[in-house]
Amino acid sequence: MSPIISISNVSKTYASGLQALKRIDLEINKGEIFALLGPNGAGKSTLINIVCGIVTPSTGTVVADGHDIMKDYRQARFKIGLVPQELATDAFETVETSVRLSRGLFGRRTDPNQIEKVLRSLTLWERRGDKIMTLSGGMKRRVMIAKALAHEPTILFLDEPTAGVDVELRRDMWNLVRELRAQGVTIILTTHYIEEAEEMADRVGVIHKGELILVENKSALMHKLGKKQLTLQLQEPLKALPSELSEWKLELKGDGYVLEYTYDGKAERTGIPSLLRRMTDIGILFKDLNTHQSSLEDIFVSLVSERQ
Amino acid sequence: MSSEPNIRAFNRYGVWAIYRFEMARFLRTAGQSILTPVLTTSLYFVVFGSAIGGRMAEVDGVPYGAFIVPGMIMLTILGESISNGSFGIYFPKFTGTIYELLSAPISPVETVLGYVGAAATKSVILGLIILATSTFFVDLHILHPVAMVAFLVLTAATFSLLGFITGIWARSFEQLSFIPMLVVTPLTFLGGAFYSIDILPGIWRTLTLFNPIVYIISAFRWCFYGTSDVGIEVSMLMTATFFIAGLAAVSWIFKTGYRLKN
Ligand SMILES: Nc1ncnc2c1ncn2[C@@H]1O[C@H](COP(=O)(O)OP(=O)(O)OP(=O)(O)O)[C@@H](O)[C@H]1O
Ligand SMILES: [Mg+2]
Repeated sequence: MSPIISISNVSKTYASGLQALKRIDLEINKGEIFALLGPNGAGKSTLINIVCGIVTPSTGTVVADGHDIMKDYRQARFKIGLVPQELATDAFETVETSVRLSRGLFGRRTDPNQIEKVLRSLTLWERRGDKIMTLSGGMKRRVMIAKALAHEPTILFLDEPTAGVDVELRRDMWNLVRELRAQGVTIILTTHYIEEAEEMADRVGVIHKGELILVENKSALMHKLGKKQLTLQLQEPLKALPSELSEWKLELKGDGYVLEYTYDGKAERTGIPSLLRRMTDIGILFKDLNTHQSSLEDIFVSLVSERQ
Repeated sequence: MSSEPNIRAFNRYGVWAIYRFEMARFLRTAGQSILTPVLTTSLYFVVFGSAIGGRMAEVDGVPYGAFIVPGMIMLTILGESISNGSFGIYFPKFTGTIYELLSAPISPVETVLGYVGAAATKSVILGLIILATSTFFVDLHILHPVAMVAFLVLTAATFSLLGFITGIWARSFEQLSFIPMLVVTPLTFLGGAFYSIDILPGIWRTLTLFNPIVYIISAFRWCFYGTSDVGIEVSMLMTATFFIAGLAAVSWIFKTGYRLKN
């Protein structure tokens, strides 16, 4: 697959002196859904805003659909639609007026049919004549999506599309994203929710403190995230792992008092019942146990410490 | 996917979209937008034209009531242009919808054409309404009608552009009204809107010549009556220079992202 966006060596230091991005290199493939994950302040919005022309990069270049975003900004931006993180609408205007403005701004002729199509797809058609300020928060977010889609972009950025959105709207949003992908639109979204990336994305990138610490196919990442750990507090300490337990991925910790078993939480068979049975058979007794799923946060931590 | 328009050269749909959006806001409140200047003009005639004018003879051979018409129109044009021009761009900054303009394939010149074009159109409409209202109070003969309209448009465009820059610069609504309230209105009153600067004593007259609005009002009055306090060419040149300086400032603003981008 050919990249539709190439980000090379992009960094950003804000006027405050804060370095929000450190030399990012990233390629987005045509037609994929790419999820950008990362904790608050990681630099996700900064990266998106640079590609869309809202923030000026300190270094580096971005090419979107073959056009440099600085030199050929017209052609590049013509292809791009953006739904920013913050809710910002023309409160005193009607839904339709606002969406029509967007289409024109992005260089397309007024087309009532296209506007109708977009408004219907976001179930905004009935509210088209209403002032935006009279809509609920979720509806306003839909208006922002309609505005971003009004000029039929081939690349769509969704900066936390499901933050503060109810379950139903989230489902709708996911369906819409899938529909757009089916039409050939490339989608880059940011999220804090691992399940959202899991549900939607083809590939996932993880940003942490301005660094892109991982870019991977979703399945590979989910495999990592699917790891779970069983911790057993033993009654008597062990000096070494007994050979009878070599079938399991075990680690001995805490002066021999703790036995840790790492397994795939998504697998049919976890291996836990057989492990416990075997331990009873050979007389290793435990007084307590707990399981722990490695979170995105754990992955961040391990990835960051790996890099150092 | 519909065919791609040629936006390489000029994003005309973008300019038109901004213009239409801005004009729609004006037309929505048309009643109010029009009533205000009509009322104000009538008040000026009552106060200056009748009350004071009755005691004043002619100025430069023009009856006082007619003499103040160009100044009165300019007073509104300057104020309205600045506030329309600044509000149009300040409001999206304030609400955050500016993100869309910044991410759109539209150049600084096109953006200015849309916003400043709409702001100038509004004030020209208001100027013409005031002119029409005046005919109810005084007899008007416009000596150079074409020049009058041309100058009206140029002035409206120039001050809308200055307003646009104010709107980008402003960080609060207070700052937004600072320029029109504290700079333009006083300078207009002192700029001979209601008198000929020739009646001022020597030193004051010289000082007044540093007020750029003197040249604008004077030139506009020339379009009506063929007399002016200062040379008409100088006035035209001044206004055009203003306009070009404004354009240069705007292109610098967009290039550097001043108060627009991080
Ligand atoms: N305009 C700005 N001026 C100075 N610093 C900024 C500005 N915008 C963002 N930052 C800082 O840059 C860093 C990255 O911010 P950014 O908004 O890109 O993070 P994010 O990953 O989108 O976070 P979140 O998940 O909270 O949206 C943060 O430390 C933030 O405080
Ligand atoms: Mg963000």
